[in-house]
Amino acid sequence: MGLKEIVVISGKGGTGKTSIVGSFAYLASETVLTDCDVDAADLHLLLKPKIKEENVFYGGKKAFIHETKCSECGLCQEMCRFGAIEDFKVETIFCEGCHFCYYLCPEEAVEMKDEASGHWFISETGYGSLIHARLGVAAENSGKLVATVRQKAREVAWEKEARYILTDGPPGIGCPVIASITGADLALVITEPSVSGFHDLERVVNVTKHFNIPSLVCINKYDLHPGKSREIEEYCARENIQIGSRISFDSQVIESLLEGKPLVEFSEGTAAQEIKSLWQEILDTINKREAGKSD
Amino acid sequence: MKIAVASGKGGTGKTTVSTNLAKLIEKEYEKKEDHRVWFLDCDVEEPNAHLFLKPSFTASKPVLVKVPQIDLEKCDYCARCSEVCAFNALAVLKEKIIFFEHMCHSCGSCTYFCPQEAIKEVSREVGVVQEGFCDDMGFAHGILNVGEAISPPVIDEVKSYQDWARVTIIDVPPGTSCPVIAALKDIDFCLLVTEPTPFGLNDMGLLVDLLRSLNIPFAVVINRSDLGNEKVEMFCREEKIPVFLKIPFDKEIARISAEGGSLVEEVPWVRDSFSDLWSKIKEMLGLWV
Repeated sequence: MGLKEIVVISGKGGTGKTSIVGSFAYLASETVLTDCDVDAADLHLLLKPKIKEENVFYGGKKAFIHETKCSECGLCQEMCRFGAIEDFKVETIFCEGCHFCYYLCPEEAVEMKDEASGHWFISETGYGSLIHARLGVAAENSGKLVATVRQKAREVAWEKEARYILTDGPPGIGCPVIASITGADLALVITEPSVSGFHDLERVVNVTKHFNIPSLVCINKYDLHPGKSREIEEYCARENIQIGSRISFDSQVIESLLEGKPLVEFSEGTAAQEIKSLWQEILDTINKREAGKSD
Repeated sequence: MKIAVASGKGGTGKTTVSTNLAKLIEKEYEKKEDHRVWFLDCDVEEPNAHLFLKPSFTASKPVLVKVPQIDLEKCDYCARCSEVCAFNALAVLKEKIIFFEHMCHSCGSCTYFCPQEAIKEVSREVGVVQEGFCDDMGFAHGILNVGEAISPPVIDEVKSYQDWARVTIIDVPPGTSCPVIAALKDIDFCLLVTEPTPFGLNDMGLLVDLLRSLNIPFAVVINRSDLGNEKVEMFCREEKIPVFLKIPFDKEIARISAEGGSLVEEVPWVRDSFSDLWSKIKEMLGLWV
């Protein structure tokens, strides 16, 4: 069986992605871990990585106008679609790096400069290698940083002959989410029993369908609202979406988080047992798909 | 007065705070002129505020971005368009052009530089903006189409409503990158909603850096304030960041929120807390509203 990529997403934030991935990291073997929530990465808080390699991420280029060459003709200001040029100066935060002004300037006064917009790291943890990143404040191109992290994770996985890549994904349905799931073998979608959790689940499930990624849904904290949990399960049944073990609301989750440890390492309680079943279901799902393919 | 509600970390209760604050403010004004309060949901990837405010929608308009359309009669496959495109959205092969619409940032460069004038710009829909009313409050939100990667054009369209009302409450998407910056553009004040956990603290720190770099005044709301430790409050004290409201975890609150209910209408002590929050915001900004 070739290398398999499992990515954990949620649509809605705060449903428990990172806590669950932290526990999976403890349970998994032959696995490379990645944190693709590059905007607000938290997995390192649980896995306590030792950074082995730190790299600067260049998200793209930004325009810079050389004052001495600029004749103040104003053409760049007029043509910039992003309102990034004012008084013949570039407001870097709004510059998308499209190069239009660079090609346009009759005085060749525009230079495109590499913009360091974050860092990515290869680390070792007590649970395996972790590839993670930090996008700079107000930086853009999180999708490209996600793609970089995933590419490095594959290289590390090949080198170590790992069987799985396990990814903590970002919330939402936009650019970093799409960059996290394309080509993955399974998307685990974590939701919670609330109107918001349900609404966001439907949208993100449609994204996984759009990109043809098999998905498995898990309802976290299901007992906070059993009625909504049932509605979500009925929806999944109707839409033919596989649903995995439910996870209970358990005060041990927060306690383990405050200790900075994965739940399953910290506790033998209900939620820990449910997460163990869920991990086994994920492995079974992937193995079954693989067996189905080779038939 | 434009007040944003943001969080860095998702799921801290941003929408709970923004929708309840908006309702409270609207109630204060209900006997005065109409639509003094507007609510804008800028979390266009996962918009949720409508589930709590239940607006009646009166209008819906598509959000369009400009993309190139190539006239193959005029094109001589010189590949200038592909050269000037910084986003690799155009690939020119021998007698064939491939356009990757999801990569296009609508900068207009290819159209301008085509020597044959073979490119014209056409519109492509990437989402919709819906507007409506909930009682006396104005409401608008954006919905990014499933499969689209770039949300700022939809957010910008929602933001075009932000100067209409006396008070505008803006729900900001999670994170700290381009969608957040688009949502925070030209606001007066930001409420930062966090939770007292290591994740809450870490992500709050990132957002604090962002708000400071944008020179936006802000204060903190700590949600589920009894499920965690003291470190968020310690951080706020050290950094001289005011904490305006602490909401303890409560199963009744969790149930009402899960069902899309209104806390300020259903739970008297929550109403009092939000009233206190609004007074603190007005005091901090020396408000006339």
